[in-house]
Amino acid sequence: MNFFKSVMMLLLATVMLYSCKPKDNDIKTEVEKKIATVEMTATTVDVKDGVVTVGGQAKDDAAKTLAESSAKEVKGVKSVVNNITVVAPIVIATDDVLTQSVKDAVKDYPTVVATVNAGVINLTGSITKDGLQKLMMALSSLKPKKIDNKLTVK
Amino acid sequence: MALQDKYKQLIDTATANGVADLQVREQDGVLYIDGTASSGAIKDQLWDVYNAIDPNFTSGDLILNVNVAIDAAVTKVKVVTQSSNLNIRKGPGTDQPIVGKAAHHEIITLVNRSNEQWWLVRTNDNEEGYCYAQYLEPVEG
Repeated sequence: MNFFKSVMMLLLATVMLYSCKPKDNDIKTEVEKKIATVEMTATTVDVKDGVVTVGGQAKDDAAKTLAESSAKEVKGVKSVVNNITVVAPIVIATDDVLTQSVKDAVKDYPTVVATVNAGVINLTGSITKDGLQKLMMALSSLKPKKIDNKLTVK
Repeated sequence: MALQDKYKQLIDTATANGVADLQVREQDGVLYIDGTASSGAIKDQLWDVYNAIDPNFTSGDLILNVNVAIDAAVTKVKVVTQSSNLNIRKGPGTDQPIVGKAAHHEIITLVNRSNEQWWLVRTNDNEEGYCYAQYLEPVEG
């Protein structure tokens, strides 16, 4: 009888424990909500049996650590695997530097008009197909924010 | 993430060709791919893939900044202008006075790479000055 009782108790305890345990999907939603405030891109969250794996790109180590500690605060999380990579911020050239370097790059393309505004290189005019690729190669190495290419290809 | 999908083939090509220090970053609707390729052929291949995904580069959503690693041992460069002579200037910039010229396809001495755009060279007549790096091709050996 005693044995039967303890088996029942164990069974009951298991059922209760199971029903109390947040499901992986719920954990995932909560973790995603928590780390949404961390400055990150391409964030991914996976949960398996309470083990959370977070991935993505953070701007520095502090953000990476913050994402991990935020995930740990969520109820039901057993441990966190931190696969976040730290990616240095994108450096954009100042307009003064960019204006000069763009001028140098387009010098040999007399049919191209290039202007610089807030890091964006605006291209108008016309160019040959072969010249376009060369020019784009040169401009892309000047650290612009964006290249707005409206050139007509001859 | 959508941009990384759009340019997935480009990123994969860069990875497959062992582009060093490869960084793929997205910010304000623009994807920035930076790295160093071991040869000009790999850089050209990447640009061909880019052109195939975004014909004539009109989308304005990618800055492909993969430069070619140059062996520190390289001391000679070939002038690769379309057909004209290459201006050699007193300083790094087209606002600088022209101090000499190098002939089309001439091989001259590379003194140093001052920056990515302007290289300091010396002609065979011992004229020294800066040339636009795009028109200089490293000569191996």
